Amino acid sequence: MSRSATVVGAVKPKLDRPREKGTAVVNWLVRWFPLAILAITWEAAPRLGLVNPASLPPLSVVVAALGRLAMGGDLLANGLKSLFRLVCGLGLAILAGVPLGLTMAWFRPVRAVFGPLVRCLYPMPKSALIPVLLLWLGLGDLSKITLIFLGCLLPVLISTTNGVRGVEPAMIWSARSLGRSRLAALFGVALPAAMPDVLAGIRSALAMSFVLLVSSEYLMSRDGLGYLISFLGDGGAYDGMFAAVLVVSILGFAADRAFNAVSRRALAWRET
Amino acid sequence: MTSSALISFDRVGHSYRSNAGVLVPALADVSLDIAQGEFVALLGPSGCGKSTLLYLLGGFVPIRDGEIRVAGKPVTGPGRDRGVVFQSFALFPWKTVRQNVRYGLERMSLPRAEQEARTARLIDMVHLNGFEDHFPLQLSGGMRQRVAIARTLAVDPAILLMDEPFGALDAQTREIMHEELLAIMARRPMTTVFVTHDVREAVYLADRVAVMSARPGHIKEVVTIDLPGRTEPGVQKTAAFGAYVERLWGLVKNEAVQAAAGR
Repeated sequence: MSRSATVVGAVKPKLDRPREKGTAVVNWLVRWFPLAILAITWEAAPRLGLVNPASLPPLSVVVAALGRLAMGGDLLANGLKSLFRLVCGLGLAILAGVPLGLTMAWFRPVRAVFGPLVRCLYPMPKSALIPVLLLWLGLGDLSKITLIFLGCLLPVLISTTNGVRGVEPAMIWSARSLGRSRLAALFGVALPAAMPDVLAGIRSALAMSFVLLVSSEYLMSRDGLGYLISFLGDGGAYDGMFAAVLVVSILGFAADRAFNAVSRRALAWRET
Repeated sequence: MTSSALISFDRVGHSYRSNAGVLVPALADVSLDIAQGEFVALLGPSGCGKSTLLYLLGGFVPIRDGEIRVAGKPVTGPGRDRGVVFQSFALFPWKTVRQNVRYGLERMSLPRAEQEARTARLIDMVHLNGFEDHFPLQLSGGMRQRVAIARTLAVDPAILLMDEPFGALDAQTREIMHEELLAIMARRPMTTVFVTHDVREAVYLADRVAVMSARPGHIKEVVTIDLPGRTEPGVQKTAAFGAYVERLWGLVKNEAVQAAAGR
């Protein structure tokens, strides 16, 4: 039929119109301009004597220290250690939090039992557990992974529960009347419908995981990037300490951007 | 209760617990028989329980009071025999138009080619050719509701439940959807229960209109609509159409006034 072209009120699909090159360059400059200002200020302030170079070494000195740390292998060894803990802790939190969140959203008795527990534990600052976990689990990987797991579990769980509970009943009912069981509707409809919330929860858990990783390594560890910061700082190697801080910041930023890109791809249906 | 009815509401009641914990009766003693092939509109002001009645028939809300039978069997849950179309469309926004329409067919043990053919036929029926790979959020309201209708009709339900299906559309689109629904019904007759608060819509579409009143919801009167040549243009301007609208409006008006005043 030729009706399709005349259907009333069709929303035009977004067109990929080739953007003019000049505009793209300007946009890029505008986006990175604040960072450039920050870098220049960082370099200039200690050199001009506006701040004490001992407390804030110029950016170029920090970058040189970063080069030395990288060449010496310290950065890679400690960085991999930290990444391993982060991936384990966050990964386990997602693997446990999403199914638990789904179960709590779907089954009222489960919600009745775990709801109060979750509400009590959520506001508790997980960093307070650092000494407890040190006592119980020691200085190794397990104490950090456990801490990150505990800190990330609730954000993932709560956002999953809220997401699933916020799914329009009519959507579930449609699936049921189209021949799906309750369980099939949960996994096939409620979970994908709640995916924007689930991913938002994982994103905040990702930020939380960096906080807990670095603070726990700083306070109770013999390796990892947090330990590197503490070790270099205690030894007075402030250029190296700043370099390690810079690395952690860049890793956190890159992880967030990467996760955001993956989320947007998974939620492409929301972009109109 | 005649046994020839396809759908029988038998003294159906329903209450819900308010936030304060009080049981509020929403429906009381609703009895109605609907014959095979009939188009019945449930008409009433908001809060009269007409949607609740539809959800009970759909099997979405458990029936605790009375009984609803479909083809003689009591309703205990949702089923493919009762397709449903909601005001909010309730499409799966992460699926394309084609995937939405095909959704119900996926579990029907049909050969893949047959699934595709049926899906294409339904998309054609609702005039969405060329939009198969669009996501629902890229479509207008009228087009979304066409997708929902195609998705529901794909599994060939004996009964079609419609919950104010055109209530979220603008006036012109609503008119077009009315005509298209009648055209679809002419090609493929279905027993239909249609919830609305729009008197003209009820008169235009239904064979019978059950007028409901609130607090608790019950059926006040059932009016048979006898409009020869319903699908002809201009039927809405005839004296007979106007008389039905006036009569039903008279029945609904008091309820609507009370509903608006007595919150």
